Amino acid sequence: MIGSAVTSTSTNSAGVAPAATATPAAPAGVIPAVRPTEPAALPAVTDRTLGNGLRVLVVERGSVPIVEVRLRIPFAGLGPVHQARAEVLAETLFTGSRRLDRVGLATEVQRLGGSLSTGVDSDRLAVVGSALAVNLEPLLEIMADVLLGATYPDDEVAGERERIVEDTAVARSQPAVIAREALLERLFGDHPYAIGIPDPSVVGQVGPADVRALHAERVSPAGAILTLVGDVSPERALSAVSAALGDWSGRPAAGAPPLPELRTGPIVIVDRPGAVQTNIRLGGAALDRSAPGYAAQRLASTIFGGYFSSRLVNNIREDKGYTYSPRSSIDHYQVGSRFTVAADVATEVTGPALLEILYELGRLAVLPPTQDELDAARQYAVGTLAIGSATAAGLASTLSALAGVGMGVEYLRDHPRALAEVTAADVQAVAADLLAPTGLVTVLVGDKSKIAKAVGALGLIDS
Amino acid sequence: MAQSRPVAFFATGAGRRAVAWVTVSSPREPGPVGSAAVRSALPASSYPIERTRLDNGLRVLLAPDRTAPVVAVSVHYDVGFRSEPEGRTGFAHLFEHLMFQGSANVGKAEHPKHVQAAGGIFNGSTHPDYTDYFELLPAGALELALFLEADRMRAPKITRQNLDNQIAVVQEEIRVNVLNRPYGGFPWIKLPPVAFDTFPNAHNGYGDFSELEAASLDDAEDFFDKYYAPGNAVLTIVGDFDPGETLTFVNRYFGDIPARAVPPRASFTEPVPTAERRAVIVDPLAPRAALAVGYRVPDPIADLPTYLAYYLLTEVLSDGDASRLERRLVQKDRSVIGVSTYLGTFGDPFEQRDPLLLTLEARQSEESSADVVLAAVDEELGRLAGDGLEEGELERVQARVASSLLRAADDALGRGLAMAVHELHRGRPELVNELPAELSAVTAEAVAAAAGSLLDQGRSVLELHAGAAS
Repeated sequence: MIGSAVTSTSTNSAGVAPAATATPAAPAGVIPAVRPTEPAALPAVTDRTLGNGLRVLVVERGSVPIVEVRLRIPFAGLGPVHQARAEVLAETLFTGSRRLDRVGLATEVQRLGGSLSTGVDSDRLAVVGSALAVNLEPLLEIMADVLLGATYPDDEVAGERERIVEDTAVARSQPAVIAREALLERLFGDHPYAIGIPDPSVVGQVGPADVRALHAERVSPAGAILTLVGDVSPERALSAVSAALGDWSGRPAAGAPPLPELRTGPIVIVDRPGAVQTNIRLGGAALDRSAPGYAAQRLASTIFGGYFSSRLVNNIREDKGYTYSPRSSIDHYQVGSRFTVAADVATEVTGPALLEILYELGRLAVLPPTQDELDAARQYAVGTLAIGSATAAGLASTLSALAGVGMGVEYLRDHPRALAEVTAADVQAVAADLLAPTGLVTVLVGDKSKIAKAVGALGLIDS
Repeated sequence: MAQSRPVAFFATGAGRRAVAWVTVSSPREPGPVGSAAVRSALPASSYPIERTRLDNGLRVLLAPDRTAPVVAVSVHYDVGFRSEPEGRTGFAHLFEHLMFQGSANVGKAEHPKHVQAAGGIFNGSTHPDYTDYFELLPAGALELALFLEADRMRAPKITRQNLDNQIAVVQEEIRVNVLNRPYGGFPWIKLPPVAFDTFPNAHNGYGDFSELEAASLDDAEDFFDKYYAPGNAVLTIVGDFDPGETLTFVNRYFGDIPARAVPPRASFTEPVPTAERRAVIVDPLAPRAALAVGYRVPDPIADLPTYLAYYLLTEVLSDGDASRLERRLVQKDRSVIGVSTYLGTFGDPFEQRDPLLLTLEARQSEESSADVVLAAVDEELGRLAGDGLEEGELERVQARVASSLLRAADDALGRGLAMAVHELHRGRPELVNELPAELSAVTAEAVAAAAGSLLDQGRSVLELHAGAAS
């Protein structure tokens, strides 16, 4: 069944056979030009900070009678125990308040045509939700119920703790998760960012008192940002937030420790005997959003592997058929940024696929892209920025993420301008640092006995 | 719990729902203040929709909305993997990939380049009953998108090399999504052969590797000729455009595509089983057992009001912490890590024709057994059927669904795709505006009766045993 993955090495169209018998002449046959599109006006953001330190951003947007809610609370990771407790806290925040139990809270949210969910990562605790806009006030009251008075009932904490342990076992059996965890460990060493999914054995030790103590210490309005986008006026939204959350109090939390210097080294292979694919991951340092070379870096990553039209997709998918979904991306954390390349390839072509990835990285690190490549990546970055921030839900998430790294709505106007000024030489200059294979770490998850020889030809393997 | 996504041309991370822009242009009634629970007062959209049909049979939907400078274009062909021929499993999806390999005026892999270089996004996906191709772009790129879709509707240009290349790409797609991961293809590939007997309903839509490898250029030509006729397609344009000028473009680019015979729509009907069916698979990569149960539901096209009771039933059963099965299985019994119920192969209640399943999917916790979970599910369904809904339960579920529909429609692309499927299956794109009213007409008694009907048929149970249990 396996073995036919390597077939086409050429895209020449010898032997063209039209799929339809009758092929009339195409009309004109000239691909129409794209007209310039006038950008949408910048959303008007009302920005207030309450006395308790809670910052509130509101955009009135009446496209649908819904309001979107995004709350982010600084929650910098402090290591495995903190992270395990944070995970249990996020899963049990809505399991009890002084007024309502778990089912009562969920019933109330549903009645508002609403949803509320929580999530935590190495930087922040997030509450994400929405409701029919007429129900903003009761939705905020439910949030206040738990932010000011979550009770973390013993049985709920115990039950959710066990569920997280089970869930984590399942997640950690996914090869993509195994690869991500291995790459994070390689990229971040002993920094808290090194752990993506908490260790089940540590989660198993978390008790209700630990969670309540963490809540008291870290679930604080100081430094938190609440973003509201939807069919509500700023006046109404601000007054509803003040009424519901004005009494919330707490101290500011410490941020994450600075990142250690990235240390390159031999290729890490996580052995997965019998795997029919290898998950290839490469990672390296990247510039923060505020750095002068940020726009050029964005385009370098896009041209290399950041979209379907990229060199990476053209090479190892559309030309060679090694993989379905190769890609590169840049992740921005509160303290630092990282570049990642990912491709899941058939076991048999692990060596050839890694060779092509290294070739494409090196090619952009030492040679400038063409003007066409640069223009296409630029238009794509500008267009998708506008598309992604234009529903109420998309705009709320975008503004919340920007505010979290200290940036405002002007980014939607200024980033396209910065992109417009990037030259091919700028891209190559930033790629020389960002993409150079010598500056990256490599992690492979696959059948070591089948891939080690070919991989060893391309780089030292960690023994 | 994440449900399966339709098989697609490429993976899109967060999913397309996260990407959107356009707003409602027409005046709309303000939401019912404080009365989300009042029946027949569910807030609804009122997007204007124009329909037309070209001489070659192509149906065209135009939904202009000038409030933001983007446009969504989609083409839906009335063929999915239920229509692919025996011996060629996976061909509908493979053919979807081939539609990106070039056409008379567009080179291999240039379709994505044109769309992305214009600042847009694109994809294609294959479903049981249709295949869609779509773009979301800045408004100035509308004519380009129409040209690109028309060029490949006229005839894709498929070479032996491109066919071989895309067979390999599809095989990697199957490896990453099915073969190399725990719970791969569970249950969307593994449950149908338990629940159904005929090839169209039971076979694997991703396809068998040897059958994919056997695909030929002749197969592609036949499939295109038969199913990709303009009369078998719907073109949908949503967003910031001038309808008059756009109709001119549509006529210019699509108008001279010759009409071809449209295949009669096949019936895939199968009797509802009267006795339980049961199968066990061992997943060598899975650390915990899982369970899927398929129940047959009424024909969604022939009897929408009855069908909608099943839609609300899935919400009553598994939407959030207040739902029946969350409370029973996750919170009380602790027998599952997660549970979900949904309609249709990929969880979209409106994308599939008869026959289709209401699927219950659960990941078991370490010590629970399938029979214990099934007994609890039966008890909860029996309670619903016998005692009916709790005070306020129907109203809050209706409010939730109405709210979700509005959020989905805020995205021009999401709205366009929904309209197109309503047109394809029902000739009723306005359903995108009318669903809240239809849902508010569903009674608590109808939901209770729907629950009872699940107990009165032969359900299909698929147990996944954990081959990698720790």
